[in-house]
Amino acid sequence: MKFRRHLIFLAFLVALPGSVLGGVLPDDRGDVLYHRYEGGGVTIDGPSVLVRKKAGKSLSFVGNYYLDMVSSASIDVITTASPYTEERTQWSVGMDYLRGNTTMRMSYISSVESDFDASTYAFSVSEDMFGDLTTLTLSYAFGEDIVGRSDDPTFRRDNTRQHYGVGLTQILTRNLIATLNFETVTDEGFLNNPYRSVRYADSGSALGFSFEPELYPETRTSNALGLRARYFLPYRAALEAEYRFYTDTWEIEGHTASLTYVHPWGPFTFEGKFRYHDQTGAAFFQDIFSRSEATNFRGRDKELSPLTSYTFRGKVSYEFLDKNKGWGIFKRGSLNFSLDHLFVEYHEFRDITSGPLGEEALYELSANVYQIFVSFWY
Amino acid sequence: MKFARPGRILLALLACYGLSACSVEPWVKPYERDRLADPIMALEGDPVSTAYIQHVYEAREGARGGEGAAGGGCGCN
Repeated sequence: MKFRRHLIFLAFLVALPGSVLGGVLPDDRGDVLYHRYEGGGVTIDGPSVLVRKKAGKSLSFVGNYYLDMVSSASIDVITTASPYTEERTQWSVGMDYLRGNTTMRMSYISSVESDFDASTYAFSVSEDMFGDLTTLTLSYAFGEDIVGRSDDPTFRRDNTRQHYGVGLTQILTRNLIATLNFETVTDEGFLNNPYRSVRYADSGSALGFSFEPELYPETRTSNALGLRARYFLPYRAALEAEYRFYTDTWEIEGHTASLTYVHPWGPFTFEGKFRYHDQTGAAFFQDIFSRSEATNFRGRDKELSPLTSYTFRGKVSYEFLDKNKGWGIFKRGSLNFSLDHLFVEYHEFRDITSGPLGEEALYELSANVYQIFVSFWY
Repeated sequence: MKFARPGRILLALLACYGLSACSVEPWVKPYERDRLADPIMALEGDPVSTAYIQHVYEAREGARGGEGAAGGGCGCN
């Protein structure tokens, strides 16, 4: 059984303006990151490398290479399939064009793995207004996925995805900046995992249940509204609060909130964050169905279960090059380490290895996410 | 929760764009934005790191988007 991944619209992120002064291109920089996820029987690690460079006063180019090396023996995998390893490679290239107070961005992203191929084309335009106090961004992206199966070379299904975004960043006071984002994503095509199964009650089985392939609706539309504000504290530290409301046509409704504190100390910067997420489950999710083909649509993806997740983050950055101590072409440089501890409580998804039918415990996931990266500005 | 129709949103955006052509006195002057320009106030200071951790969230949760950066989703097991 293998991962199924949709392409993250990384281009929107790597193209975000880094200045609050408006009308400027993002800084030239390079980042080399190593990431590692460990939890629930899954280990995913690999590098991510980003390079951004201006060309003249109006253009900036960005490229990113990202690799996931996956070793999975997750709860889904060990109960219905065999552990596996695989790789996912993602490339993206993008361009920013600045003209007056308007910045246009275009990007292309490719994600390839043995049984999943995704391409995304993204475009956005930002306008700085009202003396650069306000930045309005409109974004659109179109994605195409090809879903395959490693055990069936003739299997091929297609997906398309469209993303619409509106963002408003507002300087409210000399200490406070806020951003409001609304995003709609529509998917159409083969949206379920070709390997994953649901289980149903089966008195003819020794376990009391059997498995059959999951079957999802062929469309999904989601809406998300997020508000984030960052405040400069009187003693040079920052506090950020964020809230997001999410809803989709699969009847998942989610609330996400977080609080971040950033504290510089000499060449070091420390960051602590707590994030909370709570969601209802998809309408067609059930941990166990009453019989085979009991409903038109059926799924047992634990991410579609009602769940609550908690994340605790610690991060430290060390600036070894600054504006007073450059090195060659490099003006600034920082070394960064972060650890995110993720804990997820599933409210309906059960651990079927924990006991006989009817006595199974609800599943819980605990994971650590490590990042170490170096950044250079030139 | 119901959201406004796309046409109304577009109209509101066009109105904002039209207003931008008017002369609005910024209540926070450019020379008063030194604190906002401090790196600790950057909303997206580390784009590669932020993209990665949002990818993790989308893989582990059923929600996506609305955070000013990422969209899409992930059905990782």
